Amino acid sequence: MAYIGSSVKRREDVPLLRGAGKYVGDIRRPGMVHAAILRSTRAHARVAAIDATAALALPGVVGVITAADLPGLKTIPMRTGIMEGLKRSQQTPIATDRVRYVGDPVAVVVAQDRYIAEDALELVEVVYEDLPAVTGARAAMAADAPRLHEEVPGNVPADFEVDVGDVDRAFAECDLIVEETFETQRHAAVPLETRGLVAEYDEVRDVLTMWGPTKMTHTNWRILSELSGLPQSSIHFIEPAVGGGFGARGEFYPEDFLVPFAAMHFRRPVCWIEDRSENLKATNQSREQSYRVRLGLRKDGTILAMDAAILFNMGGYTRTHGGLPVMASSAMLRGPMRIKNYHCHAYCVLTNKTPVGTYRSPGRYEANFVRERLLDMAARRLGLDPAELRRRNLIRPEEMPYDHGKHPFHYMVYDSGDLPGQLEAALGHMGYDELRQRCTAAKAEGRAMGVGIGCFVETSGIGPWEYARVEVGNNGGVVLYSGVNSVGQGIATALSQIVADEMCVSIDDVRVVHGDTAKVPFGNGSNASRCTVMGGSAAVGACRKVKDKLLALASAELEIDAGDLVLEDGRISVRGAPERSLDFAALARLALPGPALAKGLTPGIAEEDFFATDKRPFPYGVHMVAVEVDRETGMIEILDYLVMEDIGRKVNPMIVEGQMAGGLAQGIGGALLEEFVYDEDGQPQATSFMDYLMPTAMDVPPGRFISTEDFPSPNNPLGVKGAGEGGITAAGAALANAVSDALGVEVTRLPLKPGYLLELMDAAEQS
Amino acid sequence: MKPAGFEYHDPRTLSEVTALLGRLGEDARVLAGGQSLVPLMNFRLARPAHLVDLNRVAELDFLSVEGGELRIGAMTRQRVLERSEVVVSGWPLLREVTGFIGHVQIRNRGTVGGSLAHAFPSAELPVAMVTLDAAFVLQGEGGERVVAAEDFVLGTMTTVLEPGELLREVRVPAPAAGSGASFREVSRRYGDFALAGVAALVTLDRDGVVTAARLTLTGPAPTRARAAEAAVLGERPSEALFREAARRAVAGIEQDSDMHATAEYRVRACEALARRALADAAERAAASRAVG
Ligand SMILES: Cc1cc2nc3c(=O)[nH]c(=O)nc-3n(C[C@H](O)[C@H](O)[C@H](O)COP(=O)(O)OP(=O)(O)OC[C@H]3O[C@@H](n4cnc5c(N)ncnc54)[C@H](O)[C@@H]3O)c2cc1C
Repeated sequence: MAYIGSSVKRREDVPLLRGAGKYVGDIRRPGMVHAAILRSTRAHARVAAIDATAALALPGVVGVITAADLPGLKTIPMRTGIMEGLKRSQQTPIATDRVRYVGDPVAVVVAQDRYIAEDALELVEVVYEDLPAVTGARAAMAADAPRLHEEVPGNVPADFEVDVGDVDRAFAECDLIVEETFETQRHAAVPLETRGLVAEYDEVRDVLTMWGPTKMTHTNWRILSELSGLPQSSIHFIEPAVGGGFGARGEFYPEDFLVPFAAMHFRRPVCWIEDRSENLKATNQSREQSYRVRLGLRKDGTILAMDAAILFNMGGYTRTHGGLPVMASSAMLRGPMRIKNYHCHAYCVLTNKTPVGTYRSPGRYEANFVRERLLDMAARRLGLDPAELRRRNLIRPEEMPYDHGKHPFHYMVYDSGDLPGQLEAALGHMGYDELRQRCTAAKAEGRAMGVGIGCFVETSGIGPWEYARVEVGNNGGVVLYSGVNSVGQGIATALSQIVADEMCVSIDDVRVVHGDTAKVPFGNGSNASRCTVMGGSAAVGACRKVKDKLLALASAELEIDAGDLVLEDGRISVRGAPERSLDFAALARLALPGPALAKGLTPGIAEEDFFATDKRPFPYGVHMVAVEVDRETGMIEILDYLVMEDIGRKVNPMIVEGQMAGGLAQGIGGALLEEFVYDEDGQPQATSFMDYLMPTAMDVPPGRFISTEDFPSPNNPLGVKGAGEGGITAAGAALANAVSDALGVEVTRLPLKPGYLLELMDAAEQS
Repeated sequence: MKPAGFEYHDPRTLSEVTALLGRLGEDARVLAGGQSLVPLMNFRLARPAHLVDLNRVAELDFLSVEGGELRIGAMTRQRVLERSEVVVSGWPLLREVTGFIGHVQIRNRGTVGGSLAHAFPSAELPVAMVTLDAAFVLQGEGGERVVAAEDFVLGTMTTVLEPGELLREVRVPAPAAGSGASFREVSRRYGDFALAGVAALVTLDRDGVVTAARLTLTGPAPTRARAAEAAVLGERPSEALFREAARRAVAGIEQDSDMHATAEYRVRACEALARRALADAAERAAASRAVG
C-alpha cells in the first residue's frame, strides 16, 4: 500500500507541459479537409428551401451536405436519464424541415480549409419561415404556447413525481412554512478546448477511424454504429489528449454523426473543430431550472416536510442525457437533511434554446442552492443561527446507512458518514463564531459583511458496471486497459496507483490504456465522479485474477504449491527462500503459447473483470464563505472560502484537492458570472467570451480545501467515493447565503449580478 | 471565427500610410494592436477590403515630454504608457486608468491610438483623455488637424476621423500644481470593460479651495459632468459637497442597458463612483499641496 494515499505527481502532465500532447486539433491526415456547420440563425422556423449552388461554385469547396443527402435519418438516442416520453423530442443530426434553436445544424460545408469553409457558409442560402418562439419553461407550458414537436402537446415530453412519507399530514403539523420560488440560470461547462473530431474512412480495411470522441467513447461507438449502419468492428474511436470535459464534452452530438458521414460521403479525411461562438450555441447547456418549494418546520427548527415543483428547461430537443439533471435535482433536493416527508413533481419542458445536458454536479448545484437558501430563510424567521438549524436536521452518523425513500430513477441509500461532525469541523476551521462577530461589527460601521454555509451530499460512482483488463506484457510491465475515459482529471495516474499497489510493482511499470475501442472492448466512460470508484474497483478485480495466474505459472515452473509463493516487489518467490524467484518478465515468457500449452496452461497473462453495482457512494461536505458587498454598486468581494469534503478514501490527495479547487472556480463562475442570456425571440446574447463571463484567475480567490477520508464506502473494494464534484456543488448555495446575510435580503435566483443585488436592497428598504 | 479575405499592406513610414489611406479611402482599416479589430474581423462584423498595418511604422511609436506636455504616439503600447516613469510622476491618472484595460497580455499589444480611435463604449482611456483635456492630432494625406479629446468621439464606436485619416499623436497638458486625480470603476470581472467608470481631476489652491475640477463618466461616449464640476468650484472638499456633485453628475445622463447591467444600474453606480473619485482626487490634491 505504497501509492494509494500519496500525492503522486500526475503522470499525464510532463508530456502535456512539454507540448507533446496531441489534442484533436493536432491530428493531421493526408488529404484532410475541413468541415464547418451552417447553423440556424432562427430560434424556431420552418426550413422552406436550401440552395447551395453558390457555395459549391466557390473554389476550394469539396461539397455541401444537407438533410436531403441523408434520407431515413434517425434521431440520436438517449444513453441515460431515459423516460419513454422524451423519445418524441430527440434530435436528428441535421435539421430536416424545422429548426428549434439558434445553432441547430442545417448544412455541412466541407472545404480545403476552414477559411474557405466559412466563406462558403455565407453563400448557402436558406429560406426560413419563422414560427413563434418560446424561451421560458413556464411560458412554454401555457396553453397557447407554440408547440415545438408535433407529438408533444404542451411542450412537456415527460414528467414524474417523487413521493415519500405523508407530505400533507406533515405540513399540517408545521409551525412555520417557508414558501418560495427560485431560479438558477442557464450556464454550462464550457471547457477551454472546444469539441472537435477527425474522421477518416479506409476503404481497403473497411475501418472508419475517429479521433476526438471522449468521455463516453464506447457508448458513442455503439450509437454511431446504430445510426450509420456500420458494424462496431468497422469503427475505431481514439481519444486524444483532452482539454476539459466537465460533462459537456464527449456526448454524442449531431456532429458526431455528421463528421464521419462527411468523411465517407466525400472519401476524404474530415476535420471539424468547433469554434468558440459555435461552442456557446451548440454544445450542451445546463442548469436552467425553476422551483416552487415549500419547506415545513417545527418551532424548534425540525424540518417536517418539503414539497417542490421543478421546471427543467431542456431547450429544443432531448439529448443523450434525457432527463438526468432534473432526476438528480429531485433526488438530491433533500441533500444532507433528514426530511421524511417529501414530494416533488418534476417537469421536462421544451423551449427554443440550445438543448441541455449535464454540467459537473448536474441538478445538484441547483438543488443545493434551493435547499440551502430555504434553510437560511427558515433560520432567519425562527431566530436561529443558520449553523444551528443545520445541526438540528443533518442526518446523524447512527442513521447510516440512511435511506431517503424510493425515487423512481435514483439510488437513495447514503452509505456512510458523519455529517454533523464535519459541519462542526468546518465551523472550527472557518472560525465561524468570530466571523459572526466581525460581521456584526462591520454592519455597525455600515459595511455589509456576511457568512454563508452550504451543506451537501453528492452522488457519485454511477454503475451499473465497469470493465478492466490487466495484462503482464513481454517486458514484465503491467498494463491496465480500462473502460473509463480521461477528460483531464488525472485518471491514468490514479488508476496506476491502484494497480501498482495491487500488483506490488513500481508505478513506473504500470501503463494505463483507455479511450481506444480497438484496445478496450467495453466501457461506461467518464461521468458522475465514477472513474476511480468503478474503474478503480474493476482494475482491482482484474489485478487479483492476474495475480492468481502469475501464481499458477510460477507454481508450475517452480513445482511449488501456490500457497507457498509470495508476490512482492514485482516478483514471485518461494516463501522462506527468496533466492528462488521469478520476475514478471520471466513469467511472461513462461506464458507464451509454446511453454504454456506444453504445461497445460492457457497462454498469455491477461484477465478481465467487470465491477458491477447499482449502489452508489455518497461523498458529503460543506462550503463556507465570507463576503463583503458594496451596498452602492452591488459588487461582491470574497474574503474567505472553505470547502470540506469526505470522500471515503483518497487515492491521490493532490488530485482530490485539485478537483475541489477547479470545481470551486467553476462554482463561483456559476454563482456570480456565467449566464446564457437569450432575448425573447430566442436569440442567444452571450455568444463569445466577451459576454459569457468565465471566471479568470483574477476572479477566483484562494480557497481552502480540506478533504478527509473518515468514512470509507462499503460499496466498493477500495472504499472510495467520487471526488469530482464536491468543489462546485454548493458554491451557488453558500455564496447566495453569504450575500443574503451580508445585505439582509433573500436571494432567490442566480447569478448574483450587481444590478440584482441593488434591486433586492431596494425592495428590502421599501418593505 | 475566421475573417473574410482582405488585402494586407505593410507600410514603414507615415507618409506611406497616409498615401495608402488616401488611395483606399473607406475600404481600408488600419491595424494597430489588433485587440479589438481582429476579434471583430473574426466574427466578420468588420470586413475591411484592405488592412494597413501600423506595427512597423516607427514614427508612430514614441512617448516624450515637450514644453511640459506629454506626447504619445498612436502606436505606443498601453503597457508602455502604464510603466513609463514620466507618466507615473506627471500624469498618474493615465497610469491608473490603463491598469483597468483588460489584462497585461492585452495591454502589451493594445495601443493608445487603437483604444482612442476604437471609441468603444465604457473604454477607460478615452475617459481619462477627456478629463485631462488632451488634444488629438489627426493626420491625413493633405495634412494634420487637432481636435480636443472631448470633441473626438461622436457616439458608440464613431469618431470625427474621416476616411483617409488616422490618429497620429495625443498631447496631454500637465495638470496644474495642486491637482489630484482618481479613477474608479466597477466591472463584472477583473479586466472587463467598465459597467461604470469615473475619472476626476481636482485642483486646490493653497487654502484648500477647489479652483478647477473635471469629472468624466463612462457611457456610450465619454460624458463630461459639467454640472458637477460647476458645483464644486470655489468650494472646500466635503462629503456633502461631493455627494451633491455626484447627484448632479448623473442627472439626465444617458446610459445603455445590456445583459450585464441596466442603464439604471449604470447611472447609480456612476453616482457612487463619482462621489468616491472626487473625494479621492481632492485628497490627493491636498496631499500634493502638502508635499509641494
Ligand atoms: C480580453 C480583452 C479585454 C479587453 N478589455 C478592455 C478594457 O477593459 N478596456 C478597454 O478600453 N479596452 C479593452 N480591450 C480592448 C483593447 O484595449 C484594445 O487594445 C483597444 O480597444 C484597441 O486597441 P488596439 O491597438 O488593439 O487597436 P486595433 O484593434 O488594432 O484597432 C481598433 C480600431 O481602431 C482603429 N485604429 C487603431 N489605431 C488607429 C489610429 N492610430 N488611427 C485611427 N484608427 C485607428 C482600427 O482601424 C480599428 O478600427 C480588451 C480587449 C480584449 C481582447
